[in-house]
Amino acid sequence: MTAARATLAAADDFAGWRDHARAFLAAGIAPEGVVWDVAGGDAPDLFGIGAMAGPTAPADGEAIRVPRDLLGLLRDALMHSAPHRFALAYRLLWRLRAAPHLHRDPSDPDMIALHGLAKAVRRDIHKMHAFVRFRKIGVVDGREQFAAWFEPDHHIARATAGFFRDRFAGMDWLIVTPEASIAWDGVALREGPGGSRDDVPAEDAVEAEWQAYYASIFNPARLKINMMKREMPVRYWRNLPEAPLIAGLIGDAGRRVGAMVEGGTRSEERLAEIPVAERRFDNLDRLYAALDAEDAPPSPGFSRRVVFGEGPSSAPLMLVGEQPGDQEDEAGRPFVGPAGQLLDQCLAEAGLARDGIFLTNAVKRFKFTERGRRRIHQTPTTGDISHYRWWLAEEVRLVAPKIVVALGATALHALSGRKQALGPVRGAALPWGGRLLLPTVHPSFLLRLPDEQGRAIERGRFVRELRRAVAAI
Amino acid sequence: MTKLTRLEKLSILADAAKYDASCASSGGARRDSRETGGIGSTTGMGICHSYAPDGRCISLLKVLMTNMCMFDCTYCINRSSSNVRRAAFTVAEIVDLTLDFYKRNYIEGLFLSSGIVRSPDYTMEQIVEVARSLREDHGFRGYIHLKTIPEGDPELIARAGRYADRLSINIELPQDEAIAALAPEKDGACIRRTMADLGKRIGEARAERQESRKAPAFAPAGQSTQMIVGADNSGDDHMLRTSAAFYRDYGLKRVYYSAFSPIPDASRTLPAQPPPLMREHRLYQADWLLRNYGFSVDEITGTMQGGRLSLDMDPKLAWAVERRDMFPVDVNRAPREMLLRVPGLGAKVVDRLILARRHRRLRLEDVGRLCRVLRKVRPFIVAADWRPTRLIDRADLGTRLAPAQLPLFA
Repeated sequence: MTAARATLAAADDFAGWRDHARAFLAAGIAPEGVVWDVAGGDAPDLFGIGAMAGPTAPADGEAIRVPRDLLGLLRDALMHSAPHRFALAYRLLWRLRAAPHLHRDPSDPDMIALHGLAKAVRRDIHKMHAFVRFRKIGVVDGREQFAAWFEPDHHIARATAGFFRDRFAGMDWLIVTPEASIAWDGVALREGPGGSRDDVPAEDAVEAEWQAYYASIFNPARLKINMMKREMPVRYWRNLPEAPLIAGLIGDAGRRVGAMVEGGTRSEERLAEIPVAERRFDNLDRLYAALDAEDAPPSPGFSRRVVFGEGPSSAPLMLVGEQPGDQEDEAGRPFVGPAGQLLDQCLAEAGLARDGIFLTNAVKRFKFTERGRRRIHQTPTTGDISHYRWWLAEEVRLVAPKIVVALGATALHALSGRKQALGPVRGAALPWGGRLLLPTVHPSFLLRLPDEQGRAIERGRFVRELRRAVAAI
Repeated sequence: MTKLTRLEKLSILADAAKYDASCASSGGARRDSRETGGIGSTTGMGICHSYAPDGRCISLLKVLMTNMCMFDCTYCINRSSSNVRRAAFTVAEIVDLTLDFYKRNYIEGLFLSSGIVRSPDYTMEQIVEVARSLREDHGFRGYIHLKTIPEGDPELIARAGRYADRLSINIELPQDEAIAALAPEKDGACIRRTMADLGKRIGEARAERQESRKAPAFAPAGQSTQMIVGADNSGDDHMLRTSAAFYRDYGLKRVYYSAFSPIPDASRTLPAQPPPLMREHRLYQADWLLRNYGFSVDEITGTMQGGRLSLDMDPKLAWAVERRDMFPVDVNRAPREMLLRVPGLGAKVVDRLILARRHRRLRLEDVGRLCRVLRKVRPFIVAADWRPTRLIDRADLGTRLAPAQLPLFA
């Protein structure tokens, strides 16, 4: 039999293959008699033989109908880089004449091979959709312009153009591969020759943020390196801006997990020593008498009045607030203003009676600025807090409660001796010099929340924390 | 405090979001950006743009608006009592970041969640505003997954559904008592109510879309949820029964199982050691059998011991070993439902077998060409030239087949 040769215009020249195949079928040329190659070389056939057999129109009536589902499969498979793809595809068409349902048989070896090629191509297309990384070139006439360099395994570049057009309609883009380039300008797709890595910008400012994202979204407690490599094969890594981070993330994972498992037992460190009182008093009355007689405000802006604590002198539960407010200063009693009234309600909900509890403040005087006729609350400074700190410590020692509840950050600062955020320790009953310290918010925090829904949530939590204090007695 | 850069915020808020397992961008309508002149498309397939060394797909920009939170859920790194660094994005920052990432082909879209700040409604409004701005101000046609806050106003959730492809609410723990104990601000009944409401809206919108293509879409990719494995004493039976009820009653698309992961600054009421990742993997396998293989939840829980799935054997094999009376199955005659129950035969392989047997009587060799591991399938099938007379009766069948499974997942 005469050997026929078909030379296709390009490695992904499906139309050329189809025309040749039709002509060969019409001429009754068996698959063994055909040599397929690509102009300019796909994988050059060193044993090229025979005369050129150009595509000729198939004879009338001989036209072969290729079923639609097989056509799609052939289209995909012929983008594969394997040199035998054209011959395999033609052999299937040849065999189809005798076995019209051949393509429906998934266990036929030729069909298995064709499915294998098509699958590899579809995977490569999918990976190109996934792993192309655009870099910004600039803005021209209000349109952003981007370019990307990509190295596919198979002859798929042109086949992906529609996907990128549909996805990135609103920007100009160019994708360069070694074999072909494709571009979109908002109006039309264009194809061009292949290029090199140097055709696209070497960097993009947003890549640093992408790398930061990649590093942060990784969970070091679940290392599964093979899984990553299976889905993101190493050969793609050289064009992925996130890939250089991988080695470091893997190397550091063990240490990070170890630190997390060991962590979380540091709350004791947050509580400094309780100050030793410089002077000791026999009872609260003497303490308050001395405080009233001797105390000078530590900084300007304080009221002249000292407000003492109140409650049973051996109450098992002690609540410490920040400082007296305007109404407390007027009345000379702690927690009688709006915050005090809210506290009373919350105590009642938690099943506590106010008269069974000792109530006091970290700072013993009202600090304020005057605005018109109103006295506006001022937060006490660290100096103010430490000034009253040993008076407070002495109060705690004399009442000797089982549990002290710090209402707000100032009380926590005064009791723990350290300025610190309330959040991390809120609601925890922390061991504290033979007693327990339970930090929570100040009721005035609940009054300041702008939103009713939010207030209800925070209030519920505050009541639960008061209950926890009761349970600890 | 100095102002954080966008990169610093991203580091904090992506780190805080990584305990959500879902990164799916699949499902939902096909659409593209050619008509909006913006950017973005969804093909219904979903694309993983990268993989982290934890083997998980990176498909979406998965971030929180803020990791500040007034809730104090014990298992959560963002709980109010956690000592992590806090940050907050503005609406504009998230919108810009999503577009910047999308234009460089890093992502399929956005998965936005948030800690609860100020109030559930306020937080939900911010989340919805991001989605609205992306869709309406920028013509963004990519994927949007919004975490909804069940305590929020139903009207806000309805608005979220108009912009999002997928909505989710995390139940986190399968039993309401555990929710009450570990997440005191949350309420299991409220979460279920909101899921039911979402399921109804999604179903109605889908029905209307079938009548008229102009009907407004509502979360076309459906709703999902997540359960934490190993943070409380819930057994696998509790988890799967909860999932089965979600699929059946609320039409959920997916339930994600997230093995409790040691988190920085963990609460001491939680186990410091994570449960084996294999347990999470077995739950996913069992869930898959529920959704795609026609198994009932009772059939799967029937193979459990002490409420746990076997770690050594996948749930299908465990079921088959218990129900040997159902085997062997004739690959040349058995109906699809029965072939799906053969250990080692997946849905794709079963469909190929059914096609292939129209052309010839299948021999063991033919089955071998179509399936992955013939050794695993062999004891359970009859082919033209094969009958497993002795294998199926062996008392140690399970252990003979199971050890080879382990390295796959180790």
